[in-house]
Amino acid sequence: MSSNPTGGPTDATRGAAPSSTHYVAALDETPLVGVDTVKVAEKRSNLWIDAWQDVRGRPMFWISAALILVVALVALFPGLFTQTPPNNNCILGNSNGGPADGHPLGFTKQGCDIYSRIVHGTSTSLSVGFIVIVLTTTLGILFGSFAGFYGGWVDAVLSRVGDIFFSIPYILAAVVIMSVLSQYRSVWSISLAIGVFAWPSTARVLRSEILRVKNADFVMASTALGLSRFKILLKHVLPNSIAPVIVITTISLAAAIVAEASLSFLGVGLGSNIMSWGNDINQAQNDLRTAPQTLILPSIALSVTVFAFISLGEVVRDALDPKARALR
Amino acid sequence: MTGYIFRRILQAIPVFLGTTFLIYFMVFAMPGDPIVALFGDKTPNPAVVAQLRAQYHLDQPFIVQYFIYLGGIFRGDFGLSFSGEPVTAILARTFPVTARLAILALLFETFFGILVGLISGLRKGKLFDASSLAVSLILISLPIFVIAFVAQYVFGVWLGWARTTVSSGAPLQDLILPALVLASVSFAQIMRLTRASVIETSGLDFVRTAYSKGLSSRRVIPVHILRNSLIPVVTYLATDFGVLLVGATITEGIFNVPGVGNTLYQAIIRGEGPTVVSFVTVMVLIYLVVNILVDLFYGLLDPRIRYVK
Repeated sequence: MSSNPTGGPTDATRGAAPSSTHYVAALDETPLVGVDTVKVAEKRSNLWIDAWQDVRGRPMFWISAALILVVALVALFPGLFTQTPPNNNCILGNSNGGPADGHPLGFTKQGCDIYSRIVHGTSTSLSVGFIVIVLTTTLGILFGSFAGFYGGWVDAVLSRVGDIFFSIPYILAAVVIMSVLSQYRSVWSISLAIGVFAWPSTARVLRSEILRVKNADFVMASTALGLSRFKILLKHVLPNSIAPVIVITTISLAAAIVAEASLSFLGVGLGSNIMSWGNDINQAQNDLRTAPQTLILPSIALSVTVFAFISLGEVVRDALDPKARALR
Repeated sequence: MTGYIFRRILQAIPVFLGTTFLIYFMVFAMPGDPIVALFGDKTPNPAVVAQLRAQYHLDQPFIVQYFIYLGGIFRGDFGLSFSGEPVTAILARTFPVTARLAILALLFETFFGILVGLISGLRKGKLFDASSLAVSLILISLPIFVIAFVAQYVFGVWLGWARTTVSSGAPLQDLILPALVLASVSFAQIMRLTRASVIETSGLDFVRTAYSKGLSSRRVIPVHILRNSLIPVVTYLATDFGVLLVGATITEGIFNVPGVGNTLYQAIIRGEGPTVVSFVTVMVLIYLVVNILVDLFYGLLDPRIRYVK
């Protein structure tokens, strides 16, 4: 303690015990210290660094991240995991058969390899999930940020439009769209059908966050410095409001995967020529009594994938929202 | 309160017009022949096509068609189902069953959700809390048809405790299993909401005051903590109704419950487009009305809501 940056009392004066009962503090006992002094040695910290510090220590984060990594690998390189083609090579004699050599999970009703079908179905689920979140995030950011930031009649119009789309449960809406688009059933059309009605929740979350952020001092400072409204929104308000959007996007991805599987299960989803867990569950439902594994196995793949994204979303939400952190 | 009711109903008008327009637009403004498209892979009966064309006034300009359709809705005319029966007649027959199922599910999910959430919140960080959180996460991750099939297999086939499909007339004891399945997802959400809310409320000053003036926890927990923690749960029940509607479609389909959802389910899997559209419209309208009712109830419960513009 030989150097004293604030110029305060030295150890000698502070440590000296008063001998008399009426001790009068030396004048330099409590020096003026700038409360805003930047502590250079202090580690840099912001929302994202704090969140990373928090997330890093949680096992749930690593479990879900590892699961997502595996699922992504399976989706991108199905060839690494199985050599058996999912569609041809199906022998009806193997119908609903148990595990056999080279076919670890047994066979579907059509005698196809279940393991291979699950592996090849992964990319379908993930593609739908990603296309949907690109749609919902784009629409959600457009509607949510303009409504929240500009307020007034812009907010009134955009929010009512959002309300309309929000009032139709998106799976029901997708059922109608897919019934009409019965000739064009593909990954793209089903993602469109889900995404077009799923975006209002993203917009609502972003809007309320922007309402909170737009009155912050740094926004006023930018206005004072002469930045245009649009630039303020783009450079200062949006980056500071994006955290809850990230959380809801992760959870929407899981919801989109469920929606695709539900639609395919109902038979209005993807065409039967496309590998999809929902289609396989649909095909297997009548054999629940005799061959439950044909239904349970793709269901497990579906549920584990959904679980991975939902739990990642929850861990990230806990990390980004101090209020949620207090609930742990 | 009257002003609030009036405002809330006024707000619902553009949403009602918008949703009906959207549904109509989705079906009838798509490229190609909407009537043929609705039949999917099937070749429609020319007589049915002609009848539908007349029913939906497809020779008129689009906006005129929409208003004719809207007028029909106001008169309670949702069109005919595939078999030629008026949709309203089917609704009258199937709605009581669905209502019974939905009420049963609502009872299950609110009772168990609030109970488990309360215990979890009071014992934050303990074993019970951790395990019920884990169970709720798993329930949220499981698509409802997976839960339905697992329940059907475990309780119906394996243990033989319940019937896998509901017998005609849908007696209450047959509806217990489907109702539990239907309740499962919302149970998890209600449990988490209650837990979070209970933890928050327990830390507030008035709870400490209640304890320090000597009240027992048997009084503080239900009267001070629980009652003040339930508002988010009531709000959730409104949005939950949408989950229930979609869930009921799938659950009723799988358990063969003769309700509104099952009619929609059967129409979907048979590719009967016009019936699907009518039933989705009906469900969306029910959803809208329920949302208004819940909002009004909410305004009654929490005076602050009424005065916020």
